[in-house]
Amino acid sequence: MIKIKNLSKKFGHLTAVEDVSFDVQPGEVLGFLGPNGAGKSTTMKMITGFLAPTTGSIEVCGFDVSEKPIEAKKRIGYLPEGAPSYGEMTPVQYLEFIAQVRQLTGQNKIDRNKEVIQRLHLDKVLNQTIDTLSKGFKRRVGLAQAILHDPDVLVLDEPTDGLDPNQKFEVRELIKSIAPNKVIIISTHILSEVDAICSRAIIIADGKVLVDDTPEGLRNKSSSDKMDDIFREITSGHIS
Amino acid sequence: MKNIITIFKRELGSYFATPVAYVFIVIFLIMSGAMSFYLGNLYERGQADLSPFFQYHPWLYLFLVPAIAMRLWAEERKSGTIELLMTLPISVGQSVIGKFLAAWVFIGIALILTFPIWITINYLGDPDNGVILAAYLGSFLMAGGFLAIGSCISAMTKNQVIAFIITVVICFLFLLAGSPLVLNFFKALIPQNIVDAISSLSFLTHYASLAKGVIDIRDVIYFVSLIGFWLYANTIIVEMKKAD
Repeated sequence: MIKIKNLSKKFGHLTAVEDVSFDVQPGEVLGFLGPNGAGKSTTMKMITGFLAPTTGSIEVCGFDVSEKPIEAKKRIGYLPEGAPSYGEMTPVQYLEFIAQVRQLTGQNKIDRNKEVIQRLHLDKVLNQTIDTLSKGFKRRVGLAQAILHDPDVLVLDEPTDGLDPNQKFEVRELIKSIAPNKVIIISTHILSEVDAICSRAIIIADGKVLVDDTPEGLRNKSSSDKMDDIFREITSGHIS
Repeated sequence: MKNIITIFKRELGSYFATPVAYVFIVIFLIMSGAMSFYLGNLYERGQADLSPFFQYHPWLYLFLVPAIAMRLWAEERKSGTIELLMTLPISVGQSVIGKFLAAWVFIGIALILTFPIWITINYLGDPDNGVILAAYLGSFLMAGGFLAIGSCISAMTKNQVIAFIITVVICFLFLLAGSPLVLNFFKALIPQNIVDAISSLSFLTHYASLAKGVIDIRDVIYFVSLIGFWLYANTIIVEMKKAD
């Protein structure tokens, strides 16, 4: 599980994240919502240990990310924004590299490889270099990388961005199927996604948490039933 | 250690997955051959040794090693894969060493592929092969020095062209640190003992005896500590600049 306490991040004078605190329990799928530049990605980068917080602390599965970064990182699967990967490698080589880094060996490695390839439908492109793949496949290779070691904590920054509706559906099904007993944090602009897969939603704007509730709870806060309207009302300050 | 090997294998594989490796090796072989025969007069000297071959290596490395080093970190930062790399359970130091070793071994492969010139000289005469082996080792060590500088500079920028140019300039200063060009400039500004210290940092001075086949432990220590220093700085810079 994840414990975040009074987390802040400043870039020079700019405050990207301000005094954010929340816990996420196993089994929860937390949707991170907010306008562009709200601090979603920055928060995720701090959870995964890429950025050091200016103040505050993050604990992942009992390990403080600043003090025991390697232990924390072992338990996290992360899909960075834009799903960067080594373009000159093929998905097979890439997953092999990740498996080695994640210290998967023997039968377990073979099984996990098979499973992610099957779940993300990568079998047709296994021996093509990642550079030559479509956006949808690149995203799925990134997802495969994130879940390969079956992590306790999954942090996905816009996992369905750039996918077609069918692929979006499949990725959501995938997230749902691995959700039990895991901590999953996803960021998204797409509100229907929160409805579809999240058990909890945090709306963040200007680096601050505005709302922390269930999707149903969010709905009750607004006169409208549409998630889009709710989002607009909250982020433009009509509901507090 | 395991992580260093994993990074090392991925990096070395990526050289050969792109034309980079082949272009580099071909250019390196052509240039080193051309320099030995045309500038060094390997045949005309009538001596069975490879000093005309080794004496131009510093100049060859001055341009070719930064070309290999420039992509090491700048490319990771540009493509965003640095975010992936830095969130895997690998320390920054392990990544720095793994990448450096891959590039160094790659240059080593290019160096080994110059063996026809060694065969040639053995066919023509009766050279001292111990001296040649020592000179190869010296050349390889010096390449490591250039490479460590380049790797560190590469971490400072996302732009490979900038990384290349700055690396060439710094390597050039290190190369000529013992020459009047650099020393006269500093003589007017700073005390003699610091000028002496600068002159002792010269690549050329330390390489000169190695290239003659004399393995002086001080020269080896010089290059090894130079590599250590620049890689340490590299680690700190990656930590600082990774998210910029």
